[in-house]
Amino acid sequence: MRIPCPYCGERDGAEFTYCGDASPVRPAADAGEAAFVDYVYMRSNPAGEISEHWYHGQGCRNWLIVKRNTRTHVISAAMLAKGSAP
Amino acid sequence: MRYSIFALARGALTKHRHWHPAWRDAAPNGPYDVIIVGGGGHGLATAYYLAKIHGVKKVAVLERGWIGGGNAGRNTTIIRSNYGLDGNTQFYEWSMKLWEGLEQDLNYNAMVSQRGVLNLYHGDAQRDAYARRGNAMRLHGVDAELVDRDAVRSMAPFLNFDAARFPIQGGLLQRRGGTARHDAVVWGYARAASNLGVDIVQNCEVTGFVRSPEGRMIGVETTRGKIMGGKIGMAVAGHSSQVAEMAGLRLPIESHVLQAFVTEALKPLLPGVITFGAGHFYVSQSDKGGLVFGGDIDGYNSYAQRGNLPVVEDVCEGGMALMPMIGRVRMLRSWGGIMDMSMDGSPIIDRSPIDGLYLNAGWCYGGFKATPASGWCFAHLLARDEPHPVAASFRLDRFATGRVIDEKGQGAQPNLH
Repeated sequence: MRIPCPYCGERDGAEFTYCGDASPVRPAADAGEAAFVDYVYMRSNPAGEISEHWYHGQGCRNWLIVKRNTRTHVISAAMLAKGSAP
Repeated sequence: MRYSIFALARGALTKHRHWHPAWRDAAPNGPYDVIIVGGGGHGLATAYYLAKIHGVKKVAVLERGWIGGGNAGRNTTIIRSNYGLDGNTQFYEWSMKLWEGLEQDLNYNAMVSQRGVLNLYHGDAQRDAYARRGNAMRLHGVDAELVDRDAVRSMAPFLNFDAARFPIQGGLLQRRGGTARHDAVVWGYARAASNLGVDIVQNCEVTGFVRSPEGRMIGVETTRGKIMGGKIGMAVAGHSSQVAEMAGLRLPIESHVLQAFVTEALKPLLPGVITFGAGHFYVSQSDKGGLVFGGDIDGYNSYAQRGNLPVVEDVCEGGMALMPMIGRVRMLRSWGGIMDMSMDGSPIIDRSPIDGLYLNAGWCYGGFKATPASGWCFAHLLARDEPHPVAASFRLDRFATGRVIDEKGQGAQPNLH
């Protein structure tokens, strides 16, 4: 798999570290236990397009949001995580 | 027909024209007392024990493809019960006990072969961790031996003992571990369940659930029509999130692909199952002679049922580091299966929040070896509406209550378990 890093261009997937589904957003500190359980443990786990976090540790060391299809591994978009919404 | 040496001899007199299919390929014929979604090893074992132990009369197993065509046919066939954490230890040992009596119980040759599982250690800290795990196992009555370097050398002299980086110092040995023939496990359970009246319905994909006005699950919509049932059990590991989504549930599970590999056939070489302690690599030899091995999951969410090359390389490097002579063997095939990777690396056998819907999910790496006990405990839960004592820890709400069973200590990172 090759990931199109917006900073470095298309690079081998082995340069990146995976950090899972990007859609869960950390709740406010006073959101309550149920909201945090949902954030930490529950996942939609889609069979199809997913937004996920990848870290380009052996490149520009940016955190990316990558939109990838979990059935085909086709990547439709990749952007810097900073300033982007999943 | 009961299989035996006498039946075989009688059959020989009639030119073996007495053989007929081992199980009925049934059409849906509801309503059922219990509907099991998923015709893999776990689903079929559940149906068998429901009929046999709990006397449930009308049971259906719905399979979207053909039975055993999913993960039951894609694993590396290892059976073992060398788990260290409370909850896992008792459950997998119960599974091992069921494996030991499985062939007599099913009257089917599942080729259960207790050749031993040897986990190698390469340093003092790892030895201590294995000693601790072995002690935990022995306290629960599971066999475990910590063996030294010389003992390992006598069992497997071809290993890379003097590797500069990861010299083999010894291993944790479970002699009762070993392998079983994965397809035969599926076929054996299917035959035994079918003989007890269980309907095995293939090419029947569940496309939705039918709920009563009060919200209780009362049936399923399938590609072969609506089928009603008193209770519905999900055993669709790999795709649990998809089926649960139809019921409006989110689960603490991600789907990942795990690859496995087999080489050309060799003369008997490996004494049993051997695992590398300094990387992720496990290997055994099938009865046909091929070396069957595997390693890490690919590391990112996938439903693709095929893996990528970096993991192929990583697994083969592990093999070369452990037993350099494996480099002389040609790899024949590789394949991938989709795992339910749960948030703590342990499974879920529990009621769901929806009345009438029961979960059997999150098997991670442990699915095949767990087949008999998973079926046993899921059948118990479905029939009596209370968890079986050895599976009582596998609750869905353990993530919220902090009672996670994290054997590897990785936290809520499914790709690292």
